Parts: sequence; C-alpha cells; structure tokens
Amino acid sequence: MRQVLAVLAVVAAIVGLWYLACIPMNMQGVLVEAERAGAQVSPPEAAARREMGGVSLALRNGFAIPATWAQERPRLPAPHQVAVELWETTIDKKITSKRSLVYHGWVTLSATLLGFAIGTGLGVLLAVGIVHSRVMDMSVMPWAIVSQTIPIIALAPMIIVVLYSVGVQGIIPKAVISAYLSFFSVVVGMVKGLRSPDAMQLDLLRTYNASKGQTFWKLRLPASMPYLFASLKIGIAASLVGAIVGELPTGAVAGLGARLLAGSYYGQTVQIWSALFGAAILAACLVGLLGLIEKMVLKRMGMA
Amino acid sequence: MVLVVLALVLWGAGWWLNTRLAEGPHSGTSAVRLAIPLIFGATVLVMWELVVRGLNVPLVILPAPSLIVVRFADSIPILWADFVQTFVKGALSGYLIGCGAAFLMAVAVDRSEFLRLGLLPVGNFVAALPIVGTAPILVMWFGFDWQSKAAVVVVMVFFPMLVNTVAGLRETTAMQRDLMETYAASYWQAFFKLRLPAAMPFIFNGLKISTTLALIGAIVAEFFGSPTLGMGFRISTSVGQLALDMVWAEIVVAALAGTLFYGAVALIERYVTFWHPSQRR
Repeated sequence: MRQVLAVLAVVAAIVGLWYLACIPMNMQGVLVEAERAGAQVSPPEAAARREMGGVSLALRNGFAIPATWAQERPRLPAPHQVAVELWETTIDKKITSKRSLVYHGWVTLSATLLGFAIGTGLGVLLAVGIVHSRVMDMSVMPWAIVSQTIPIIALAPMIIVVLYSVGVQGIIPKAVISAYLSFFSVVVGMVKGLRSPDAMQLDLLRTYNASKGQTFWKLRLPASMPYLFASLKIGIAASLVGAIVGELPTGAVAGLGARLLAGSYYGQTVQIWSALFGAAILAACLVGLLGLIEKMVLKRMGMA
Repeated sequence: MVLVVLALVLWGAGWWLNTRLAEGPHSGTSAVRLAIPLIFGATVLVMWELVVRGLNVPLVILPAPSLIVVRFADSIPILWADFVQTFVKGALSGYLIGCGAAFLMAVAVDRSEFLRLGLLPVGNFVAALPIVGTAPILVMWFGFDWQSKAAVVVVMVFFPMLVNTVAGLRETTAMQRDLMETYAASYWQAFFKLRLPAAMPFIFNGLKISTTLALIGAIVAEFFGSPTLGMGFRISTSVGQLALDMVWAEIVVAALAGTLFYGAVALIERYVTFWHPSQRR
C-alpha cells in the first residue's frame, strides 16, 4: 500500500514537473500568437523577446500561461494533449485507418514478435550447444559476450537495404534486426542458467546414472528458467527498439518508427509524443506479459 | 567454386584444431583460452573472404573483409572525425552528464525511504522502455549538432544508472551500519567510508550497462538529423550510396569504440572494487 502511494506520488510529481516545463518551453511561440491576435505583450518587440529566457517571459506575461498547455504545435506538448491524441488515434479511429496508432503499433509489434521468436529460439539452441560442447563454449562464448558491448544496432540500416536489394521486403528485414538484437542477450543469459545447477546436484544425477539428455530435461532446463526469463525481458525490449529503428532508414510508411520520423519531418510534436508513448506502452505490456508468464511458470515449478 | 570448397575445408580444419586444443592437455591455460576464440574469429573472416570471392557476391550485398580493411585504411581521417563527433562529443559527454546526474539523484533519493519506494519501480519501468524514441524530440530542441546527441545519451543512461546506484546504496547490512553508529560517525562519514564503497559493484554495473547504451543513443540519434559528419550520419548516407565497405568500416569503428569503452570502465572497476569476490583471481 505504501509502495503504491509512493509510486503514485512520484508519477504525480513527474506530471507536475512536465506541466511546469511546458510554460517556459512554449512561451515564445504562445506570445507570437498572442501578439498576432492583438493582445498586449511585454516586451512588445519580437527581437527583445527572442533574447529573453522562457522563465522571465512567463513572469512578465502571466496571462499567457494557460495557452502554453493548448498550443497546436507546441515544442513540448502538455500531458493531457498527448493523452487526448493517444485516445483519438487508438480508440476513436478505425483500426484499419492509416492514422490509427493501433495499426502502426501492430506493424511494429508483428515484426518484433516474429524477430523475438526467431532470436530466442536460435539463442536457446546455441546456449544448449555451448553448454554441451567445450569447443563451442571456448570459441563462440567470448564473441557472444563481446557482442554485448557493441552497438550492433548500427547494422540496422544496412540490413534493411541489403535485404531490399535481394528482393526481401516488408516484415522480414525488421524481424531480422529484432532477432539478432534479442539473440545475444538470450545466449548469454541461457548459458548462465543452464550452468546454474551446482556440482552437488549434477553429482546426484550421476549417482542416478542419468543420461546427458535426462540431466538436461530434469535438472539444467528447469534450473535455467529464472535466468531465461530475465534475459527474455531484456531481449524483447531490445527487439522492439530494433523494429522501431529498422523503420527509420528506408522511410517506411507504417509503424511506430515511421510515425516518429514523419512527426519529426513535419514538426507534429504531439504525434511524436503519442507515438513515443505508444511504443512505451507496448514495451511495458510485452515486459509485463513476460513477467506474468514468469510468475506462473515459477509458481508451477515451486520456485516462487 | 574451388574457393568455396577451400572455405569449407578451412572451416573443418579450424574446428578440428580448436577441438584438439579444447580437449587437449593444455585446455585450461590462458594462452589456449585466448587462442581458441581468435582461431574461430580468423576462420570466420577467411571463410567470409573466400565465399564472397568464390560466389562473386556483389559489393552492395556483402563486401569482402579485405575490401573493408582497404577502405578503413584509406579513410582514417574521415573515420577519426566521425569518431570524435559521435563518441567523444556526443556519447562521452552525455555519458558523464547522465551518470553524474543519476548518481547525485540517487544519493538524494536515498535519504528518503518514501522517495526510494516510489522511484525504484518507476525507474525500473522507464529503463525497459524504448528511450531512443526521444531522439527526434531532442534533435528538435537542441539542434543537429552533438548537443542533441549528448541529450539523448543523458536520457538513455539516466535510469539504469539511477536504479543501480539506489540499489547499491542499500547494500550494507544493519550490523555494519550499527558499527558506524557506535563510532558516532556522521551521515557523510558513514556514507563515504561504508555505504559508497559497498555500493561500488552496483554502480559499476550501471556504468558498464550505460557504455553500450551511450553509443547506441549517439548513433541512432544521428539517424534523425546530424551535421555532415558522425558515425550514424556516415552509416545512413553510405547505405544510401550503397557504399557498404564504408558502412562496415564504420561498424568496425563502432565495435572497437564500444569494446574499448566497456573495457576501460571494467578496468577502473577492477582497481576500485578489488575487494569484491568477483574480482578475485
């Protein structure tokens, strides 16, 4: 209860700060509009205003403060503007509409999920190989670890263009990026998990005369579950980022990344913010869903 | 075709050599531990070269490693300028500001139990979000030059660093804090002599996660607008010109920068947290 209260307090503080920040950020633009509309603005010269900071302008033009939260193309949209835009583009629009955020979200989500499934599957397979083969462990594992320190997302534009030039388009290139971004974190986490049974437990299975396969299914795989879920959560967040970034370089017309890019070309700040929050909500749902599955699985196994 | 067969033969030979090394009598030594991944990497590179030549793969799909090396050597001034723009100006300054701000915030938050309770879940939540998406907004606010890239990096590294530092500052046991109390240590004395050192493994964990995030942020932010230099700019324009050898050269730079940056932080960690079990050899 105390925790919920504390979280709510922090969120409320952030929203409050956001509203406050809107005032100096949007003041210049609001005053220009107010002057055009014939209001008395101080100082009256546009050049003098440009020299001044947002805070001192706000102090001298108190009447204009409410307008900073209602501009059409603000530098920083107010929270309620973003919320309204989110509502309009998700609930009010038809899902098939090109302006519906659900439509764009689905374009990104489908690539994310496909890539995540591929990346996770291959990652788990490689981890099983690494745990069972000393050569693979010693030759592949160091590279998998190094890959975690490299911004491999920089490969994204190239993958899109190369796959395009061999005739592959649509969902696959984005899924490839999502796949390799989740792949390495799953490999590293899963190897750790499959190795987590201690010598005592492995010895016990040896005294049972368990085969390698039996050891794997009855001990290693169950023991790796907490590690697997931890890296799955990191992996799906990385996959989503990959799918979004994969939409940037080709000027894709659909998807959350395309919304971000289009918004930044046309100065539609409210659209950028709503796409950003759409992506954030999507990421939160995906991570939350994995957390839920994790809880259920670990409960069935008696580990949580 | 001969080259492709040769590549397969070489792959087999490399794997056989590694198997011999890994299962041989010296497999535990550090020389072998270093040699095996290097042999593996070299085999992959040579195979890549042979297959690309053997199948005549066009440059716009996959350039051979030798071409990438030539391109790298030829354009060192360009690559260096890009590196300075993106890494030193964008990523590094953002990294320092972001991690510094997060550290100070964590120290402030740590004094209030209520704030800590509220901020940790929020911070954990935000750390999982696709924060690179803020890049177009920040580019709009701070202009095309490195300031906007640094701003993206600040936002990206802030929350992972905050969460780790806050968690680290709680790491001391009640017994240790009681000991400080019996010494009549002030808050700041206990902070600097006990809680900060105890938090160091966590802080360095945050710092290490942030190194990769900083590079990702700086490069991706350049996809949304940049001056006519920088690693992200070079990658996106070279991809447009189908100059894939240049793209790969830039990726080599990014890989080197990322690894060295991470390595440098890990090296500092070794000196600072020499007492921690994970650093014992």
